Amino acid sequence: MAEPGKNGTPMLDELEKGPWPSFVTQIKEAAEKNKMSKALLSLLERSYHERIGHWKHGGIVGVMGYGGGVIGRYSDLPEEYPDIAHFHTLRVNMPTGWFYTSDALRTICDIWERHGSGLTNMHGSTGDIILLGTTTDELEPTFAELTANDFDLGGSGSDMRTPSACVGPARCEWACYDTLALAYDLTQTFQDELHRPAFPYKFKFKCAGCPNDCVASIARADMSIIGTWRDEIQIDQKEVKAAEEAGLNIQRDVCNLCPTKCIEWDGKKLEIDDENCVKCMHCINTMPKALRPGKDRGATILLGAKAPIVEGALLSSVLVPFTKIEPPYEELKDMVERIWDFWSEHGKNRERVGELMQRVGLGNFLEAIEVEPTPEMLAHPRENPYVFYEEYYEEGDEEEEEEEE
Amino acid sequence: MAVTKEEVAEAIYEIVKEYQGKKKFKASDLTKAMIQKYGEAEVDKKLCKAAIRILMDSGRCVYTYFGGSFIELPPEEGVER
Ligand code: SF4
Ligand code: SF4
Repeated sequence: MAEPGKNGTPMLDELEKGPWPSFVTQIKEAAEKNKMSKALLSLLERSYHERIGHWKHGGIVGVMGYGGGVIGRYSDLPEEYPDIAHFHTLRVNMPTGWFYTSDALRTICDIWERHGSGLTNMHGSTGDIILLGTTTDELEPTFAELTANDFDLGGSGSDMRTPSACVGPARCEWACYDTLALAYDLTQTFQDELHRPAFPYKFKFKCAGCPNDCVASIARADMSIIGTWRDEIQIDQKEVKAAEEAGLNIQRDVCNLCPTKCIEWDGKKLEIDDENCVKCMHCINTMPKALRPGKDRGATILLGAKAPIVEGALLSSVLVPFTKIEPPYEELKDMVERIWDFWSEHGKNRERVGELMQRVGLGNFLEAIEVEPTPEMLAHPRENPYVFYEEYYEEGDEEEEEEEE
Repeated sequence: MAVTKEEVAEAIYEIVKEYQGKKKFKASDLTKAMIQKYGEAEVDKKLCKAAIRILMDSGRCVYTYFGGSFIELPPEEGVER
């Protein structure tokens, strides 16, 4: 087995060069006190030489009662690398908005140094705390310690994945609803769906407080809940002037870059035609003191985004253009249940809800989940003019047409 | 007489046991089978969820992952499927 630190890992050492942080340095540090990390370094070096990964998916490990939260990983060279014959990953439900105290972080790291490789990934793409590398025997003791410290496992496999939220009103004045409260409520309401996989594939919720969408929900969440407003952008004319005096070229950097050209600046007064504002946040981001979202706030609910794993990437489509997001969120949760019912009934194995929506057509999908179509749902004008919609015909219309002919 | 979650759990367990190694069931397949067996008036999704939870919490069944998540009897450690 190659010895790290004695130039036993020449290829990995290359990845420590340069000004950026290196995962190799981190593993080396962990390897000084942890035999799993030490073995991992050697196996990784070997993989780089051989250009082949030495992991296989076990897929059958977990903690009692849960179907998600543990990803089984085994080395295909267990005799040569007995310390990492098992190298399972645990997904731990992160605190909503990723707010930790240093005590909480120390607690997690201490637990992991006792039971696993000591290596973490903060955070995985769904948002969970990722604890990398432990053995099957250590799963239950790790879980017991985590739960004793108020942590729980997150989702994996075909279940509801751990809902995530931007920092929202806790730190950001642009939050149009309480993202933290909603993500927490969804997590608690759907505990069964989080821990007991019953769907055709994964389902992710991401809560973004405003259209800046800091959690990238529009690209990554099966259901994106993005804060917005339906009245006028709040303008502080004095601050607009102050921004100009501070050197901002309002015409060039704000008005000209508004996607719908709905802002005007005459050197004295800034005016916005809110009817035509598409809530892109550009002007607000550029003049944060002068402009802020309106007062009548809520969210747009979108459905169907995914990263390109089985099929291509999808951005989510508008499902509900505007709704108030207030506890107990019954309307939203009822709609979610209708979507899950239809998807569970008609979804193919490993078909995300966005793919199902495309396969059955938006019209059929909306009918099934009892949502009225609205113009905001259209991604682009229809391409085929030879389509007739039933509802355009009143009873008796057909006969009249025939008579005219 | 109303069907209890324990009875449904038992019926689910029997199906999983009978087909172990021959057919994999998702939670939704088993729910459908139970509704068919007992009728919609007696069994709903909520009851099936509770029944599956009994099987999981007792360790008589486990979730496995193979492209999708399935409900099976506990397998042997590390066996590749
Ligand atoms: S998404 Fe909006 S509300 Fe949330 S943190 Fe980003 S800017 Fe703030
Ligand atoms: S939010 Fe975007 S669309 Fe609306 S006024 Fe500002 S720049 Fe224009």
